[in-house]
Amino acid sequence: MSIIAARKDSAAAAKVAEEKQAPASAASPANTTTAQPASVNRPATRGQVDITNVRKSFGTTEVLKGVSLSVPPGGVAVIVGPSGSGKSTLLRTINHLEKVDGGYITIDGELVGYEVRGNKLHELREKDILKQRTHIGMVFQSFNLFPHLTALENVIEAPIVAQKRSKAEARKRGLELLDRVGLKDRADAYPRQLSGGQQQRVAIARALALDPKILLFDEPTSALDPELVNEVLDVIRELAKSGTTLIVVTHEMGFARDVADTVVFMDQGQIVESGTPQDIFANPREERTRSFFSKVIEPAFNI
Amino acid sequence: MSAIAPPATAETAPPTPNYSEYKVVPARQPWRWVGTVLVAAGVAAIAWSLVTNPRWEWGVVAEWFTAQSVVNGLIETLKLTAISGVLGFVLGFILALMRLSSSPLLVSVSWTFSWIFRSTPLLVQLLLWYNLGYLYEKISLGIPFTDVRFFEAQTTTLISQFAAAVLGLTLNQAAYSAEIIRGGILSVDQGQLEAASALGIPAWKRSTRIVLPQAMRAILPNAFNEIIGLVKGTSIVYVLAYSELFYTVQVIYNRTQQVLPLLLVATLWYVVITSVLSIFQYYIERHFSKGALRTLPLTPLQRARKFFTTHVAASPTKDAR
Repeated sequence: MSIIAARKDSAAAAKVAEEKQAPASAASPANTTTAQPASVNRPATRGQVDITNVRKSFGTTEVLKGVSLSVPPGGVAVIVGPSGSGKSTLLRTINHLEKVDGGYITIDGELVGYEVRGNKLHELREKDILKQRTHIGMVFQSFNLFPHLTALENVIEAPIVAQKRSKAEARKRGLELLDRVGLKDRADAYPRQLSGGQQQRVAIARALALDPKILLFDEPTSALDPELVNEVLDVIRELAKSGTTLIVVTHEMGFARDVADTVVFMDQGQIVESGTPQDIFANPREERTRSFFSKVIEPAFNI
Repeated sequence: MSAIAPPATAETAPPTPNYSEYKVVPARQPWRWVGTVLVAAGVAAIAWSLVTNPRWEWGVVAEWFTAQSVVNGLIETLKLTAISGVLGFVLGFILALMRLSSSPLLVSVSWTFSWIFRSTPLLVQLLLWYNLGYLYEKISLGIPFTDVRFFEAQTTTLISQFAAAVLGLTLNQAAYSAEIIRGGILSVDQGQLEAASALGIPAWKRSTRIVLPQAMRAILPNAFNEIIGLVKGTSIVYVLAYSELFYTVQVIYNRTQQVLPLLLVATLWYVVITSVLSIFQYYIERHFSKGALRTLPLTPLQRARKFFTTHVAASPTKDAR
């Protein structure tokens, strides 16, 4: 069990920023002097996620064995690890799709799924949980777009139904979001008429429509053909700069290295180690981390 | 020697002809033709006997087909079908949601309802409702174990033939439609519900706006089966001496002794209703298949129009060339 304080002090942020800019500005080294954090274009003041000693069992199998993790506002945490390590379950506890058996999660100091009254934690009612979820967008491995609704209708469904926004306002914002993921011209297409990559981009627009503080990505590219992976990753890269807190479970190590502030390596329901991409990929402390990366990273690609 | 073939021509393969200009001859299906002829002969024989056998008494059928009493019976049949069909499916939807809920109480109530109403014959249910007055003389609404009554009435005045018929048909229909709707809901991917709850969409809206429209594709064929069954099922209400279509023709043939022609009158009306419902079914299913198919197939009308515009309209231009 490890408690990771990934809260960025300014020095760390600058360091991360430098690392991020390094590949892009390799051609013109003079530019590296800008020590502005690349991941924060607008000041991120919301979206602090604190996971404290979370445990979860399915039947007799304990899939999360006391996991603690902090992601600062606007931070980008990428969770990697072998399948069955509890990555997706951890992600799903953050928006209370899975109830935790022990420990707790707070978002900007507010408990997820519970309410403190006296010295007891009262389980929230469905209505209040749904309200909390509108602050947390989620993108699924299998897209889960609503197939009977068009791309635009998918995006505006939650703003209209859950947030009671006017249809005209929701449509306007929905088209903006589809434009942002490069699909404005496919607004009236049904999901089955779109490619996998396009569907996932619509799903991202749908998650953004509620203007969430936090976005959760559960293996967003695992169901995609290899040539479609990048169009989705590019959208997520853009989001990483927007000041929204991102927590991404992925097998795309190159993406993790480029985008993450913090890379978290999980195995067997525990966080084995976490740190900057530089630390985790180049100098892993733990043997388990090293052996995992030696299997998943092909040396030929020099990731 | 003449037996020796020139080796050069034997070894080089003949150049491949360009097949793209060859005409395609479709495979012959001779047995299909034999089958078609046999079926056509059978159909013709049946049609011939229907027309020429005087005992069908088509004159009597025509006479009664649009008679006022028969039309009134038809309207009653349609009324019963519509009311118990709609109420049955609404109740069935609620029962299905109860059965799928996480509350053990709701699950067992829904299960027991379906169990009781599916295991008793509809005939018994109808007679029971109609004779409820024998079991309970008065029906009242009040506070139990006190004398406070908000409402009280004689059971026999409350439960008319119509009320008993609607009650029996509705509750019976609800038990069956609950299972059909539940099956439809189960056919929708769990990820859809998960995505909807992750978006903060409330439970009721998840059911009505996300799950049900998708479940409809699985529900509709079975639901129309049920409704078409219900149309003819209403004929069982004759045991209550309720003057729907079937009871009406019975009353008439008991008087005129023209049994078969009058049964034909009722049958033809059932055929008409079923045909109209089938057309509705086609278009409603089409409506709910949007998004499920990449492109919707043409409707029969659109196909006919296309056929006429391409073939009939195109042929003169062909001739002109």
